[in-house]
Amino acid sequence: MSVVGHQPPPFFHRGPAPLARLLFFVALSLLLLVLDLRFHTLELARQVVAVVTYPLQRLASAPLEGHERWNTYLSSFTALEKENAALRHQQLVTANLLLRQEHLELENQRLRALLDMKSRQPVSSQVAEILYSARDPFARRVILDKGAQHHISPGQVVIDELGVIGQITRVFPLLAEVTLITDKDQAIPVQIVRNGLRSVLFGAGAGNLELRFLAANADVQVGDVLVTSGLDDVYLPGLPVAKVVRVDRDTTYAFARILCEPIPGVERHGQVLVLGRREALPPAPQEPEVKEKPSKGRKASK
Amino acid sequence: MMQPMHGSKRILRPVRDWFVWATLLLAVFLNMIPFGRLYGVPDWVALTLTFWCIREPFKVGMGAAFLFGIVMDVSFAGVMGQHSLAYVLLAFTASGLARRILQFPLLQQALQILPLLLGTQVVMLAARMSVGSEFPGSLYFLESFTAALLWYPLTYLLLLPQYQPMEKDENRPI
Repeated sequence: MSVVGHQPPPFFHRGPAPLARLLFFVALSLLLLVLDLRFHTLELARQVVAVVTYPLQRLASAPLEGHERWNTYLSSFTALEKENAALRHQQLVTANLLLRQEHLELENQRLRALLDMKSRQPVSSQVAEILYSARDPFARRVILDKGAQHHISPGQVVIDELGVIGQITRVFPLLAEVTLITDKDQAIPVQIVRNGLRSVLFGAGAGNLELRFLAANADVQVGDVLVTSGLDDVYLPGLPVAKVVRVDRDTTYAFARILCEPIPGVERHGQVLVLGRREALPPAPQEPEVKEKPSKGRKASK
Repeated sequence: MMQPMHGSKRILRPVRDWFVWATLLLAVFLNMIPFGRLYGVPDWVALTLTFWCIREPFKVGMGAAFLFGIVMDVSFAGVMGQHSLAYVLLAFTASGLARRILQFPLLQQALQILPLLLGTQVVMLAARMSVGSEFPGSLYFLESFTAALLWYPLTYLLLLPQYQPMEKDENRPI
């Protein structure tokens, strides 16, 4: 209270005490943290800020892009010639397979029709470019140059020419964020090519993957190739994912410790293919409901 | 060494508000340059925030720290609240220690900035590890050291506009 109706001079007005302000802002931050992690309610706010900062972000990545473009421009004539020859050779090698594929696909369709099986789902795809990897040391994510404007939606699978590299987890209007398969605890259902053993592959951090919860005597060998099993209705079956590099069978643990390394260039930059959504399978045919008979063992309670 | 110092300090012109905000925005821009997983690239926003919290504790404080933390959270595509929490704590400590830190010569100031920045990184690490992210390796802390090394040039750079006299006068003593 001021003495004779005078306010204290303005230079004493310094707002709430620092500690009170600290507690307020810390509480607010913690609230944001919990809201974002538990309820994912802040996606809209994230979208808005992302759109506003988009020009800044593109401008910031311009020097690196320019540097890369300059490098490709300067790549020597002989290197290009060599690469060209190699590509032509590869094309010839794969031509055989490609030419027969159409024939095989037709045959497959006919056979499936004959056997009255569900036909394989055709899947659309889009080529996208990896702009940069997110500067978040705690996660493995990359940013693509296509977003909601190009009809990309969360959950789509991203592959490169060798296999699966990840899954789209967040879509902005002009950008999309891919969580790589090496991100910690990112799961992907797989199958071992050699024996068809199914399991789930988890990211283990440090660019590695881990097959968890397989018995210590499971039939897994170093060098086994893992492909997607397609049981999840997200990943198409048969896409290469990883290769087993180490198997520790410690009998004191119930499960074997199986380390894998990714087959595709997960941590490298370049162009990728975003596969379209797999259409959800029709629901399983329902069992015809059997009329409930009053069982004799149970008493009709009233 | 710990005696109070009586050396004269250069009298500075008052800071301009737009310059403070422009440097902070520039820091956000520098942070957005996609270095990927390159270690040792300093967190420019944390560094600039620390600087202004120490130099101008009444202009830049926890409110600004929170705001820029949100911007960083979004552009880093991390978890919301990670940067804002760390920056708010940084701003609180920096403005609390401002008077003391400014007593020291620049190189000793840098030594005192280092624990502040390391603390910020530890807060971020704790926030992320508590939700099950991977440990990025001990090289993650390298960026605080490069940031502390930059304290000396940064001080001169950010105080440059305040060194200029209002009007050029050869006969003026200061």
